[in-house]
Amino acid sequence: MDFIANAVGRLVPTELEGRRLKPFAGAHADLAGGTGYGGRIRAAAQYTDKLLPDLDAAIEACAIRDGMTISFHHHLRNGDMLINLVMEKLAQRGLKDLVLAPSALFPTHEKLVALIESGVISHVEGSMNGPIGRACSLGRMKKAAVLRSHGGRFRAIQDGDLHIDVAFIAAPCSDAHGNANGLYGPSACGPLGFALADSLWADRVVVVTDHLAPFPCYPWTIEGGHVDYVVQVERIGDPAQIVSGTTEITRSPTRLLIAEYAARFVRDSGLMTEPGFSFQAGAGGVSLAFVKFMADYMAAAGITADFVRGGSTRFMVDLLNRGLTRYLLDGQSFDRDTVASLRDHPRHVETNPFVSYNYHSKGCFAQRVQVSVLGATEVDLDFNVNVNTHSDGWLLHGIGGFTDAADAHVTMITAPLVRNRVPIIVDRVTTVTAPGEMIDVIVTERGIAINPRRDDLQERLRHSSLPIVPIEKLSAMAVAMTGVPEKPRFNDRVVALIEFRDGTIIDVVRQLIPRE
Amino acid sequence: MEKHKHMSETKERYCAGRDQKGDVWIEWTPAPTREIHLQSSVKALFGPHLLEVIDRTLIELGLADARVVVQDQGALDFVIAARLEAAVGPVTGKKLALTARAAAAPQRKRLRRTRLYLPGNNPDLMINAGLYGADCLILDLEDSVAPAEKAAARILVRHALAHVDFGASERIVRVNPLSSPYGGEDLDAIVPMAPDALLIPKCESRTDILNVEELIASLEKRFGLVHPIPLIGLIESAKGVVNAAEIALACDRLAALCFGAEDFSADIGAERTTDGRESFVARCQVLLAAKAAGLQALDTVYANVQDEAGLTASAQEAVALGFDGKGVIHPSQIKPIHQVFCPTAEQIDKAQRIVAAMEEALATGSGVTALNGKMIDAPVLMRAERTLALAKEYGLL
Repeated sequence: MDFIANAVGRLVPTELEGRRLKPFAGAHADLAGGTGYGGRIRAAAQYTDKLLPDLDAAIEACAIRDGMTISFHHHLRNGDMLINLVMEKLAQRGLKDLVLAPSALFPTHEKLVALIESGVISHVEGSMNGPIGRACSLGRMKKAAVLRSHGGRFRAIQDGDLHIDVAFIAAPCSDAHGNANGLYGPSACGPLGFALADSLWADRVVVVTDHLAPFPCYPWTIEGGHVDYVVQVERIGDPAQIVSGTTEITRSPTRLLIAEYAARFVRDSGLMTEPGFSFQAGAGGVSLAFVKFMADYMAAAGITADFVRGGSTRFMVDLLNRGLTRYLLDGQSFDRDTVASLRDHPRHVETNPFVSYNYHSKGCFAQRVQVSVLGATEVDLDFNVNVNTHSDGWLLHGIGGFTDAADAHVTMITAPLVRNRVPIIVDRVTTVTAPGEMIDVIVTERGIAINPRRDDLQERLRHSSLPIVPIEKLSAMAVAMTGVPEKPRFNDRVVALIEFRDGTIIDVVRQLIPRE
Repeated sequence: MEKHKHMSETKERYCAGRDQKGDVWIEWTPAPTREIHLQSSVKALFGPHLLEVIDRTLIELGLADARVVVQDQGALDFVIAARLEAAVGPVTGKKLALTARAAAAPQRKRLRRTRLYLPGNNPDLMINAGLYGADCLILDLEDSVAPAEKAAARILVRHALAHVDFGASERIVRVNPLSSPYGGEDLDAIVPMAPDALLIPKCESRTDILNVEELIASLEKRFGLVHPIPLIGLIESAKGVVNAAEIALACDRLAALCFGAEDFSADIGAERTTDGRESFVARCQVLLAAKAAGLQALDTVYANVQDEAGLTASAQEAVALGFDGKGVIHPSQIKPIHQVFCPTAEQIDKAQRIVAAMEEALATGSGVTALNGKMIDAPVLMRAERTLALAKEYGLL
C-alpha cells in the first residue's frame, strides 16, 4: 500500500481495498467539476400501487443480495427502530458482506456490533457510535469504514462514490405514493433532509411509515417520484427518544462559563452588530447556553440576525419568536417545540445537506454563516481538530456536520480545557477531522486562543477583557494540571478513512492496540 | 479513613475517597508484599504516571507492604495524594509534607460581595472554582461534609490549599465549631496551610471566638506564620444573634459577621420562607452588631438556584439594608449579585464630585464642605470613597 503525506501532514493511502483515494490538499483546493452520477430509473408504469404488505415483501421486491449497500437516515436519533429491524431481517435471510450506509448511528444501534462480528455487515460507510466504533477500532470490520460529514455524504452519493443499492427511509408521515415528511404522526421528528440524497440516487427506495396519510402528503421532503415502495408498520420509532420533551441548558458552571466566553467573543468582536449577522449552534451542553447568552446580548443591542442555523432547539425557536432572527434554517429538530414550530412558522425553514452543506455544488450556505460554534475531542497547536477518536485512540464518534459547519466565517470550538483529567489541547491530534485552516477560535474555561491566521480577529478583540492567550499557553496550563499523557499505540492496518467533505482523505484511523 | 471488618476474614481493610468523577477510591489491606491494583478511566493515557504517583506517595506515607486497590475516575495528582493520605496516614501515623501556596498577606478588608460554598470532600468542584469570579470561596468542612467524611475532607482541603490555583478569590475555610469533635483537628490541619481567612460557624458568644483565636494564635506561632489569619464569625442561632454585639468586638482578627438563615430558622422553630420575615430582625441585628464594631456584614445565601429574579430581589434588599455581601451556592448566582452591588453611573458621578469637593476643601485647610447645599462630612465621604472603590473593581473607572 502506498502512502502519501497530505496537506495536514498525515500519511494517507493512495488506494485502499480497490478504491483509488485522493489526499487532502486544502479546505478549498477542490472545486466542483466533472459529471454527476445518475441513478437507475425504472418505467413509471409499474408503480400504480407501491404499497406492500410488510417489510419482508419490500426486501423481496428489492432483491437484496450479498454485498449490497443499504442506507438509512438518522432523524429518529436514539428512537430509531428501523435500522435494527431491517438489518436483523437481512441477517435472518443469511445475507452477508452488506455495507451499512447510515447518515448517523446512536446507542440504540449497539446491536449491530453482533452483525459486524458475524460478517452480515462488512463495514460502515457513514457514521459511528461508541460500541460500533470500538469494534471498528479493534479491527472487527472486514473492510475499512469510511467516515463522512453530512455534506460529504451527500457529495459521495451524488458523485457515485457511495452507491446505494437500497435506501430504507423511516418516514413519520407518508402517502401511498411515497411523498413523505417528518412533521406529522406519532414519530414526528421535524426535518427529513438527511434522506434526500438516498431518495434521489439509490437504486431502490423504500419508504417505511407508521402514519400513512391520504394523498397528497405535503410538504413532501421526500418526493414520491423517487420512491419504489411504501410499507406501513406499527412503529418506526420511540417518540420519547426521537425528540426530547424539552432541551435543557447545562447546570455545569464550567460549561456555562465557556458558553458565556464564546458569546462574549462574538459580541466583543463586533460581528454581532454588523449587517448580515448569523450563527450556527447545535444541541450540546455548551451550545444551548451559548444560544441563550446570544439572545440576551442581541436583545440588549436590539439586533436581529439574518438567520440562525440548527440543529434546532426551543432556544433557537425562541430567537425566531422574539424577533431576534429573521429565519431559522433547520437541519434537524431536537425537541417537541421545534417540531411544532417547523410545522407552523413560515420562517422556520426545513433544510437538507444539499443546500446547507454540500461543497461539491455551486455553493452551499455553510460559508454564509458568520459564526459557527462546535465541540471537539482534541485540538492541536496547529488548530487541527479531532472529533472522531479520543486521546486514548478509540474511534467513538462520527463527523456529523463538523467539517461542513467549520466552513463558517468564524468557526469557534468550545470545550473544557481538561475533561476528567484528559487535556483537550495536544501537540498533535490523534486524528485530523478538520484542518487548522478552518478553525479560528478555541474557547475554554481557562482562556481563549485565536488562530494566528486570523489577524483580523486578534485585532477585533484587542480591547476585549476576555482572557485571550496563545494556544501554547492553554496547552501549558492543561499539562500543568494533568501531566503529559501517553500516546495510544496502533498497528499498521487502516480500519477507517476520514474523508474530507470534498472526497479527499484527510486522515486514517489505524487498528488500536489496547493497553491491557 | 474508614475501617471495616471483612465478613469472611479477620484481616482489616482501610478505605478513603469516592468512586466519582474527578475523584478516586482507595482501599488497602495489610499484605506480605506490595501489590497495586489500578483501575482508571484514564489508564491508557496516564497509567504509568498514576502508578508512579501512588508508589511514591505510599513510600512517603511509610506503607511498605500492602495490597492497594485504586479506582480512579480522572482524579488529579493532588487528589490521589490526599486520598492515599486519608486511607494510610492514620495507620502509619504519617502525613504528607505540604507547602502553603505563596499568596499575598491576608486582608481583613476586601470585597466580599459573593462567597461561593464548596463541599470540602468534592475535589471536582474545587478545580475550576477560581474561574467564576467569586470574591470569596468557602472550602467547607462543616455542614456539607458527613461525619464519616470529616477526616478525609480535612486532608483534601489541605492538599487543595497547597495545589489548586483559586485565582483572585479569597480562600476561606469553614471549619467545624470547637464544640464539635472536629473543630480542633480542623484548625490544627488548616491553619498551617495559611488560608486567607477562616469562617467560624455557630458563634454564640465572645468566648467562642476567643477560644478559636487562642488556638489559631498558638498554631501561627508554631508554624511561623507572620500574618494573622482573619476570622469571619457565622451567627446562626438565637443566642448568637442576641450576643452579636459582644461577638463582633471579641478580637482584632474579626473581619466580618455573617448571618446563616437556615440554621437560625431551625433554631427558633420557624419555617424558612421566601420573604424571610422569620429572620428579618435577626439579620438586621447581626448587621448592626457588625457595623457597630467596624466589621463587614455578610448576608445569608439565596437557596433557589433556578430563580434569578428572586436572587436579584434578595440581593437588592441586602444592599439596601447595608450588607456587604451574600452567600452563593452555584456559580451562576455570582454575576447577578455583583450586578446589584455595582454602583450606578449617577452614584459614581456624585461620589466623584464629593471626593473632589472634599479634596478642594482640604487643600484650603477646611475639614468640612458642601455640595449642592448639602454638607459633606466624614460619613458622606466614606460612602463616596466606597462607591468609587467598587466602581474601580467593576472596571467603571
